[in-house]
Amino acid sequence: MAVDTPLKSTPRGHRRGLPAAGRPPRRRGRARPWVMRVVVALLLVVETYPLVWMFLTSVKSNADYLNNPSWSLPTTWEWGNYTEAWTTGNIGLYVQNSVMAVVPSLALILLLGTAAGFALQIMVWKGRSLTLVVFLVGMMVPPQMILLPLFTLYFQTGLSGTLWPLILTYTGTGLPLTVFMMATYYKTVPRELFEAATIDGAGILRAFWTISLPVVRNAVLTVALVQFFFIWNDLLIALTFTNSQDLRTVQVGLLNFTADFGATQYGPLFAAICINVFGTLAIYLFLNQKVMKGLTGGAVKG
Amino acid sequence: MHRVLGDRRAILILLGPALLVYSLIMLVPMVWSLGYSFTKGNSIDGFTGNGLANFERLLTDPAVHEALWFTLKFSFVVTIGQVLAGYLLALLYVFHLKRASALVRTLVFFPVVLPTVAVGLLFQNLFQVAPQPGPVNSLLGALGLEPVDWFASGGTAFWVLIVMEIWRSMGFYAVLLFAGLVDIPDEVLESARLDGASGLRLVRHIVLPLSFPVLMSSLIFSINGTLKIFDAVVALTNGGPGSSTTPLTLYMFQTSFTYGEYGYGSTIALLLTVVSLLVSLVVFRLTRRDLTKG
Repeated sequence: MAVDTPLKSTPRGHRRGLPAAGRPPRRRGRARPWVMRVVVALLLVVETYPLVWMFLTSVKSNADYLNNPSWSLPTTWEWGNYTEAWTTGNIGLYVQNSVMAVVPSLALILLLGTAAGFALQIMVWKGRSLTLVVFLVGMMVPPQMILLPLFTLYFQTGLSGTLWPLILTYTGTGLPLTVFMMATYYKTVPRELFEAATIDGAGILRAFWTISLPVVRNAVLTVALVQFFFIWNDLLIALTFTNSQDLRTVQVGLLNFTADFGATQYGPLFAAICINVFGTLAIYLFLNQKVMKGLTGGAVKG
Repeated sequence: MHRVLGDRRAILILLGPALLVYSLIMLVPMVWSLGYSFTKGNSIDGFTGNGLANFERLLTDPAVHEALWFTLKFSFVVTIGQVLAGYLLALLYVFHLKRASALVRTLVFFPVVLPTVAVGLLFQNLFQVAPQPGPVNSLLGALGLEPVDWFASGGTAFWVLIVMEIWRSMGFYAVLLFAGLVDIPDEVLESARLDGASGLRLVRHIVLPLSFPVLMSSLIFSINGTLKIFDAVVALTNGGPGSSTTPLTLYMFQTSFTYGEYGYGSTIALLLTVVSLLVSLVVFRLTRRDLTKG
């Protein structure tokens, strides 16, 4: 975006004077846009065709799916596949489980992470950089390392069989990145703001709650989105700690969908995949720019 | 004033809960897991000390060697593919599409947020041969080629996995690298153009060196992610056929939860941790000089 400004700002006469320095401009001017246009078109097909194909297959009847070529359009549009996936295929229940695990985890991650980020960046005390490093360790270690002890812990405390193992594990594993990102955001907020607030009589806790939170509101939203996609799409933790069918999240449910539902019901299977994919896409499209910035922002810093 | 920002009680209230949860869920289990690797048994049958037996087993277990080799091979190929595809896309965004790139960026980014399990099932069907040839085999048929049973051998399944991972993630690396390319000062590009550099030469001598730091962080990020690959493999091949597409993460999971061998599972998890740290360290050392320069 910023890159094409110099081209425009270059005076025309100046550019015309250029050919001596480069090759004749005509050759690349003719041949390249064609090639590039094909490249872009191919790219868009590669990105979108699988999704379109998946949608078309989700509204086919089983006979249609088995007897006609995979690229053909549905002969009849079987919207009933969606009802079947939602009810018989239990996708409704799985979505409910996912929501009940993700919402509390997300709330805890944001509350605890923002407070910790504030304490680590704005407040002044010995050992805060060491504490930050301790949090960073959590980003390097693969989650497999904590699965077995946690499984034992949840088993012995009787938490297995509820959604608590998921909520606790998501909160714990989500904190490192959140704390780190929030601490980075707080770096841009001048400390004087809080000093001034406390001079006016607000306690530091009140300053955190009423002054700092509105200032970092956008950052909190970004972190929330990043964490939402991480947790919502998680398979490993959900697979480990949901031992009963009633507790399955969307990912685990979808994974077991073929096994439970019979591999022969293609329409409902694709409908179930579609519900997942297009549900996520709807959220993504709604919050498009924030998601991209958030994910890459977290990546560069993490 | 210093007293207010250094209020110990406030620090405890703000930091305490996060530190407590983090310690209980991550720090303590990490150490605990280390302890498990010297035991056998599981949380249902109880644990008994086992000395170094798990480590001896780790060294001689052919399944571990296979899984480690698969993990490294997969990580290497996907990292190169992801970052290369992402870089080419970023170049496309910046130098060809320019202002019009927002739509393409959004579309290419789509798969990044999609649930991996859903994508895995989708690719299973895109590449299937029975009961219906999927679109890929239909295309091969249309070109006069024999359909391929992609999931019948580890070799072809590996490549489907690679294609899927690159398809899934290239949009992410494209945006990441795009952010780095946009930061290159316009004056530098313009003066290079005035000096007659264009196309590939401009990329090689000006753009590539200037985007080196962000390229390196993409690389480290990608290696870290691909070494921990789990969801994609489980959803696409579940490690098969046989164990030919089983990475360390999945082997650890199977050992622990399918066979109930917690001690050995912890030892494999430890191996995974060490591999991740070692690889990150090597990449970091190789690139540190240039990173500080940028």
